[in-house]
Amino acid sequence: MKQDLYTYILGIADNNLILGQRLGELCGHGPSLETDIACTNISLDLLGQVRSYYQYAAQLNERLTSEDQIAFMRTEREYLNVLLVEQPNTNFAYTIARQFLYDIFHKLFIQNLQNSTDQTLVAIANKAIKEVSYHQRFSSDWIVRLGDGTDESHEKIQTAIDDLWTYTNELFQLTPNDEQMIKAGKGVNTALFKDTYYAQINSILNEATLATPQSKWFQKGGKEGIHTEHMGYILSDLQYMQRTYPNMEW
Amino acid sequence: MNDPQQAIREKQFEAKIARDEKIEPKDWMPEKYRQTHIRQISQHAHSEVVGMLPEGNWITRAPTLRRKVALLAKVQDEAGHGLYLYAACETLGVSRDELYEQLHSGKAKYSSIFNYPTITWADIGAIGWLVDGAAIINQVPLCNTSYGPYARAMIRVCKEESFHQRQGYEIMMKLANGTPEQKAMAQDALNRWWWPSLMMFGPTDAESVHTEQSMKWKLKRKSNDELRQQFIDQTVPQAELIGLTIPDPDLKWNEARQSYDFGPIDWDEFWQVVKGHGPCNKERMNARVSAWKEGEWVRDAAMCYAEKKAAKKEVV
Repeated sequence: MKQDLYTYILGIADNNLILGQRLGELCGHGPSLETDIACTNISLDLLGQVRSYYQYAAQLNERLTSEDQIAFMRTEREYLNVLLVEQPNTNFAYTIARQFLYDIFHKLFIQNLQNSTDQTLVAIANKAIKEVSYHQRFSSDWIVRLGDGTDESHEKIQTAIDDLWTYTNELFQLTPNDEQMIKAGKGVNTALFKDTYYAQINSILNEATLATPQSKWFQKGGKEGIHTEHMGYILSDLQYMQRTYPNMEW
Repeated sequence: MNDPQQAIREKQFEAKIARDEKIEPKDWMPEKYRQTHIRQISQHAHSEVVGMLPEGNWITRAPTLRRKVALLAKVQDEAGHGLYLYAACETLGVSRDELYEQLHSGKAKYSSIFNYPTITWADIGAIGWLVDGAAIINQVPLCNTSYGPYARAMIRVCKEESFHQRQGYEIMMKLANGTPEQKAMAQDALNRWWWPSLMMFGPTDAESVHTEQSMKWKLKRKSNDELRQQFIDQTVPQAELIGLTIPDPDLKWNEARQSYDFGPIDWDEFWQVVKGHGPCNKERMNARVSAWKEGEWVRDAAMCYAEKKAAKKEVV
């Protein structure tokens, strides 16, 4: 049971780690100081949550016994984040679209995690809910602004949404371990809010005068540790110090 | 200038500053005062924004989650400083876009220290400890400067900078107390950042062009050389405390002066970097210019959307 819970926590937290890492790449390179500050802020929130999850997970694992070991000392196949969060910052439209498609999910997920029977997870969710509500407001506002802005911004954000759409369904994929955690009352049954997710997305895209993609071809693999080609490069940066200088304190 | 009214106004203005009263945006001010402040405040704002780049360079590679979060927060603070310094500058009748234009065209300067590369993790520690340490010494006197919006911005900036400085020193301390490899990394960073940090106080007093006028307006309260000495006297014992060596064979305590004597600064290097030929001048400028260009469609969209929304409101 300990190992199952450990794996389950990674399945939540790895999303935040990789998305936080992606946002961290942008610092100083955004379209305005205001968006730089906001993206850094979201990255900080996500990584703050990661630390809480990993600190908890570290108590449940025998091999990786600290937040940093969990964050930095796994092989690529052991990271369980969905493919969506590892997609690159191709341009600001992709950054916002990725954030938006994740934030809507993340808020619904955290709301449900507040009802878990695991009190540590509930505590993390209670703290995170305000943060993820802000993230969702930020990314939704930008979807509307870009969609209903200029022709150029409309086209760019529509392209980004269309391209990233293929990664949305994986957010709701339940692994056998997820199902076991749901049965145990600790995990979140994402199937229950899948329709709400797509309805909320649809409503904001409508407001933004954007079309909701109709494609039913979806990608998956991240939740089993099979990632896109981007992941190796993300990890080379992320793990650089720990791999080059093992067993040191920083 | 022959206008007697003007002469009276200038006299009253100088008297106000002499009484330590603040000049506020709507107050009358001599054109030279306005221009000098635009130059200095925008230069400071640009330094904050360009300064995000060398440190941002290590966000994705920070060695632990705690360090990553702290570095993100620090770089975010710098963006915040940039934001309210630009806002302070705008109160003098110049827009942020104009200021960016000056930066991107090379007309406006920023602190030369950010034209040096951050090549190891220890550089992040060295920047916090030395660069922010030097910045604080330069900036604390500005909390009492005569222009109100600048003085108030500086109070907040200095508080945050002093936190960054402690954080940087703590990174260095950890390295200096670590493995031989880590200690060597720390010493190497100190070797590379020490002299450029001393150059942050600007040319020697004999060569400094702006000092006299700036002293009168309380934009400056001590000379470049005095501030540099203060930095050295403060920093040498900090290096000793963690077992690092200042890379200056001439550094020696002077009992009579109660200060450290130090070796000659390579002013050729200083001017080379100021004139645009430092190790990273081109990279920094390219990064800023391309962020600005690539972000243009985003800023246009935001503007266009805001206009549409305002128009809709009017119809309602």
